[in-house]
Amino acid sequence: MSDVAIRTESLGRQFGDFTAVDKVDLEISTGEIYGFLGPNGAGKSTTVRMLCTLLAPTGGKAIVAGFDVHDKPGDVRLRIGVALQEAALDPKQTGRELLRLQGLLYGLPKSAMAKRVEELGELIDLTDALDRPIGTYSGGMKRRLDLVAALVHNPQILFLDEPTTGLDPVSRVSVWDEVRRLNTELGMTIFLTTQYLEEADELCGRVGIIDRGRIVAEGSPDDLKRSVGADVIIARVDGDAAPLVSIIQALDGIQNVEAHGNELVIATDNGSAAISPVAVALNGCNAAVRDLTLRTPTLDDVFLEMTGSHIERKDSDSKEVGR
Amino acid sequence: MTVADVVAPIGSSNALRAQPAGLFHDIKAIAGRALRGVPRDLEAVTPPIFISLFFFIVNVAAFQRPIQALVGGNFNYKAFQMPAAILLGVTGVSRAPALVLDIQNGYLDRLLMTPIRRFAILIGHMVADVTVAMVLTIPILTLGFILGVRFETGVVGVIAFIGLAALWSLAFAGFGYAIALKTGNPAAVNSTFLLFFPFLFLTTSNVPRSQLSGWLDTVAGFNPVTYLLEGLRSLASSGWEWGDLGKAALAIALLGTLSMSMCFAALRGRLKRG
Repeated sequence: MSDVAIRTESLGRQFGDFTAVDKVDLEISTGEIYGFLGPNGAGKSTTVRMLCTLLAPTGGKAIVAGFDVHDKPGDVRLRIGVALQEAALDPKQTGRELLRLQGLLYGLPKSAMAKRVEELGELIDLTDALDRPIGTYSGGMKRRLDLVAALVHNPQILFLDEPTTGLDPVSRVSVWDEVRRLNTELGMTIFLTTQYLEEADELCGRVGIIDRGRIVAEGSPDDLKRSVGADVIIARVDGDAAPLVSIIQALDGIQNVEAHGNELVIATDNGSAAISPVAVALNGCNAAVRDLTLRTPTLDDVFLEMTGSHIERKDSDSKEVGR
Repeated sequence: MTVADVVAPIGSSNALRAQPAGLFHDIKAIAGRALRGVPRDLEAVTPPIFISLFFFIVNVAAFQRPIQALVGGNFNYKAFQMPAAILLGVTGVSRAPALVLDIQNGYLDRLLMTPIRRFAILIGHMVADVTVAMVLTIPILTLGFILGVRFETGVVGVIAFIGLAALWSLAFAGFGYAIALKTGNPAAVNSTFLLFFPFLFLTTSNVPRSQLSGWLDTVAGFNPVTYLLEGLRSLASSGWEWGDLGKAALAIALLGTLSMSMCFAALRGRLKRG
């Protein structure tokens, strides 16, 4: 296997007049965990479906595990494992039947299948449930079964499309642990899409941020966050925050100020030193400050800076210092 | 146990390695799954058995005496009616509704991400359909034997009879798969059987061709079911009538060519749409 596990050049997909993926260039090294981060509808799943040979690109090209997804889809399929956004399971089959069928379709020897299915069942703690119809499984059990179904044939590259969406926090951490192990102990390349900033931060060596079908930023989570600033001060005011930008920008130690609706996002090298002058300045211009927050930058700040909108609000790791 | 204990390191020599399973194994795997699904989906196969048994019994009770009086001779109305009852039972019975569920719950995507040959998914389902159709003929045949129907062509004729009925079922099932793949809509697939109604009643299902007249006789002449019924009936009543059997086979082949073209085109379309 070459050093590059996945490479795309101007990869694109149109649905009629709608451009779902627009000239995406990716280069993902073998053994890397690459996070594809973006809000719903950004083009993450469409990109994954093209890389997994489920959807033909309408522009550009994609090489996965050394093979072109358009010209050699069969070779790609032998080398990838995929867990799509919705657990793709047949509720009327038992877990054992599903795993066994997966193995048969990947040409695994029958003699090895029984042991393999037992091992996989044990792995996801489903041994007792393997002979029950999948329709009787809980959401978490289905997710785990879906994940190991993608691993039956020891793939070189694993695609995980929002693997923890809908899982409880404990199950989510458990999936993260297994993803890390697959990568660190086995050298498996993992392409993971997520809308959870924390997930990308925890797992990924590099992150590509996609919005409206285009990659808007790419790099390690730390590098991306550093590009915003060492600290971020968020000031929420009553009314439009835009008139306050020039006032805050004029203060010492402020790197960048942006207004998004009633929110001021202030990047600074030293948040602790800057927050008092910011508060005083806002008070001085009679701004009605609803809250003032100091925190380290998150990937959401990166996304906000690149696109002008949040991926989500709830994931910010903030320490509120005043109100 | 962790994933790392179960999944082999990349490049390790003792790891299970994926490879194309081969067309035969692909079809066998899909057909096996489809057949395992039948007993879990009994509501899909029990109504056709009851409907065909019901119509067989009722039609024999209602028409046997007047039709035998009209035709005269040694005309056996039970043997005449049995093929129509069997076609009623096996037509429209397929795993196409299960394929719709696979589309809806994403399982078809999982299959498509394996190295399976695309058309093996359809052929595997159809192998299961032929098997189910063969099994469905047994209750009607058994009832026919109990009521005194005998095959002039013997055991081989019974096997040929079952084979023709199953191939007809397969030819008609192609429309169900075409609709399933085109629409992904279970209601649309379930209504496929309605397509068969005109074919079943604008023909010799209840009375011999000699008793049809006017427009109905003309329409029956264009209806492939007419020739299929004549071929099936000949096996029971007349012996090896190769002309009738040839026409029955041709009727199945024409309908099958049409329906298979449609369903494989629908598969290509769905793959293209992703």
